[in-house]
Amino acid sequence: MARMTMIEAIRDAMDVKMTQDRRVVVFGEDVGYFGGVFRCTQGLQAKHGKERCFDAPINEGGIVGAAVGMATYGLRPCVEIQFADYVFPAYDQITQEAARIRFRSNQDFTCPLVIRMPTGGGIFGGQCHSQSPEACFTHVAGLKVVIPSNPYDAKGLLIAAIEDDDPVIFLEPKRLYNGPFDGHHERKIVPWAQHELGEVPEGHYTVPLGKAIVRRPGADVTVLVYGTMVHVAQAAAEEIGIDAEIIDIRTLLPLDLDTIERSVAKTGRCVIVHEATQTSGFGAELLSVVQEACFYHLEAPIIRVAGYDAPYPYAQEWAYFPGPDRVGRALRDVMEG
Amino acid sequence: MTQTRRPRLHVPEPPARPGQTPSFAHVPLSPAGAVACPPVDVSPEDTKDFASRLIRVLDDEGRAVGSWADFLGASEGDVLRRGLRDMMTTRFLDQRMLLAHRQGKTTNYAASTGEEAITCGFQRMLSPGDMNFPTYRQSGLLVSAGFPLTNFMGLQFGNDLDPLEGKNLPPMHSSKAHGFFTVSGNLATQYVQAVGWAMASAIDGNDRVAAAWIGDGATAEGDFHSALLYASVYRPPVVLNITNNQWAISSFVGIAGGHVPFATRAHGYGLASLRVDGNDFLAVLAVSKWAIARARQGYGPVLIEWVTYRAAAHSTSDDPSVYRPKEEAAAWPLGDPIERLKRHLIAAGEWSEERHEQARVEIEEEVLSAQKEAESRGTMIGGGGGTAPLSAMFEGVYKEMPEHLRRQRQKAGI
Ligand SMILES: Cc1ncc(C[n+]2csc(CCOP(=O)(O)OP(=O)(O)O)c2C)c(N)n1
Ligand SMILES: [Mg+2]
Repeated sequence: MARMTMIEAIRDAMDVKMTQDRRVVVFGEDVGYFGGVFRCTQGLQAKHGKERCFDAPINEGGIVGAAVGMATYGLRPCVEIQFADYVFPAYDQITQEAARIRFRSNQDFTCPLVIRMPTGGGIFGGQCHSQSPEACFTHVAGLKVVIPSNPYDAKGLLIAAIEDDDPVIFLEPKRLYNGPFDGHHERKIVPWAQHELGEVPEGHYTVPLGKAIVRRPGADVTVLVYGTMVHVAQAAAEEIGIDAEIIDIRTLLPLDLDTIERSVAKTGRCVIVHEATQTSGFGAELLSVVQEACFYHLEAPIIRVAGYDAPYPYAQEWAYFPGPDRVGRALRDVMEG
Repeated sequence: MTQTRRPRLHVPEPPARPGQTPSFAHVPLSPAGAVACPPVDVSPEDTKDFASRLIRVLDDEGRAVGSWADFLGASEGDVLRRGLRDMMTTRFLDQRMLLAHRQGKTTNYAASTGEEAITCGFQRMLSPGDMNFPTYRQSGLLVSAGFPLTNFMGLQFGNDLDPLEGKNLPPMHSSKAHGFFTVSGNLATQYVQAVGWAMASAIDGNDRVAAAWIGDGATAEGDFHSALLYASVYRPPVVLNITNNQWAISSFVGIAGGHVPFATRAHGYGLASLRVDGNDFLAVLAVSKWAIARARQGYGPVLIEWVTYRAAAHSTSDDPSVYRPKEEAAAWPLGDPIERLKRHLIAAGEWSEERHEQARVEIEEEVLSAQKEAESRGTMIGGGGGTAPLSAMFEGVYKEMPEHLRRQRQKAGI
């Protein structure tokens, strides 16, 4: 076991797979010599060579398009998009190509590919470094979508993603890179070294895709959450003293229906939390799933806490970010509902 | 036949990494005055030579030489002194913003140190009604267009002096009145938009000129190539500028395909192109005058590669000593734009060390007093955000606030 930040855990996952499997290649903007603007690929070029870890031109469509080509050849590219906000020039290659190569060729060609990207707010990144575009990908048949909330999961999920035979969108909550963040921006930053999920096994292990996990068992209300908001929801529940069952979704697509249904059937209440804007956000999907499967168990209307339906502002970051106050209010409301 | 050669992946490397001796042998240069000034209606075909040569006006002694100097004409000392002042203001403003960042008063800045001649020179040649489509590294366009420094800093400090009310990341400004299109964080998008704006000017029967701006690294984006295609097909009044400062964060120009000069990109599209010493204020003035006149008179677009060097870090979150030699800036063969213009003005009897020192003091006072005023309205210090109005974050998403957003605001109590 070693203490790792999320950055180190992600780097370690790529290192483990590059060491094990010659087919794994890593590239993206600034990822080669420099090791990425968040340093997730630091040292990989020196260790595995320029042909397996290299810089890419600033052309996201090209990064993903080339990766699709490599994947169909038989490599396992794990590419980085510098910020999730900059993935959109690659949207065509991801949604119309990578996602459908298996289907449209009737499995003649496959596309085992991982596209990593930092997501979410909390770093004063303004409208162009703070977005959470997961729903743009969960709406696409053929993709898998993963969002880890801690170093242990990040490493295990990334290894599983690289080993997966289908394209995986791997969203990394950038505010969690260096420590768990519960939304209390006014408090001192807690490093991962002080968190039990900063304990990361050395070498190979996986956290299976498609499996949610109960972060905190509870009886009163189920909270469905992922990424940074896992920590925010935990803090909110503790602060107001509600016995919430917090489910870290981890893989948004395919969704772990059983874990969700079992929990809501037990608690009879549900709050859904995400940073992304509310309208047509992934919360709408979660809400439908719960409503369909658990309607007769529900004792109160399901509540969503999400980003306001406006672009991410700069100076008003903390008024915009759905922090523990907003989540706490929703928890109270659902208990009264 | 046995095969002896096999393909290998070619991954370009810069000439020097930290600890190695910097080299700019790969940057083609030409002596001052060596590249002739063509007529403004020159055919794209006849500009092919220009893409790998370098237009320079100032020689090593600070004299203005060659036909580009003639085209510029006896440039009044006032225009040059104004340019010097704008460049000095931009540089000091950059320094102050970097310092403010270290003090926690702002969270992001991108300095244009060493690149000031391009923005401050080009802006001088634009007319009211023209429009820049800039990047985040172009404070000089705003400074030389007379954008108030207090508003500039208001955005940096996230306070109520920010005309954008805290909505955009610094230093991504917007000011239609100053010919400065709203800056996007998403690279290259503005480049093709500039072409569209110029197409609109043509459709409208107008002669307003658009200036597209992009960095060397961002020319790799598809939008850059779309822009060249649209410019080539519709020939609208647009000047397509590339600021080649040799680096895109940690990636040297070779990663963007810069082993051939970026100016040559124009040729495949049948566009005219020029390659210019971007640290030579007189060359910038002359070529800007030429390109803007060409566009305004309907002779079509031109692509200009401004050759310069990013002397500063990419931004406040970057440490270039990790990926390039510290001595690289000093090895840059085209010198410093402020020093070069100063030398020229002194050689021409239009300036002196004393006047320079006096100007420096005045500029510093002007910037510092603007900063004092701007800081009095609040900064980003403490990590809690700025003092810009909270309600602004719900406003301006649409012309009229839709019901769902109105309810969200109400619930937020803002
Ligand atoms: C679409 C997109 N991809 C990636 C980025 C991240 N990014 C910001 S600046 C930059 C480098 C740009 O270099 P260059 O175009 O040379 O301009 P310079 O910073 O040198 O002025 C990168 C990769 C971005 N902002 N937008
Ligand atoms: Mg550059």
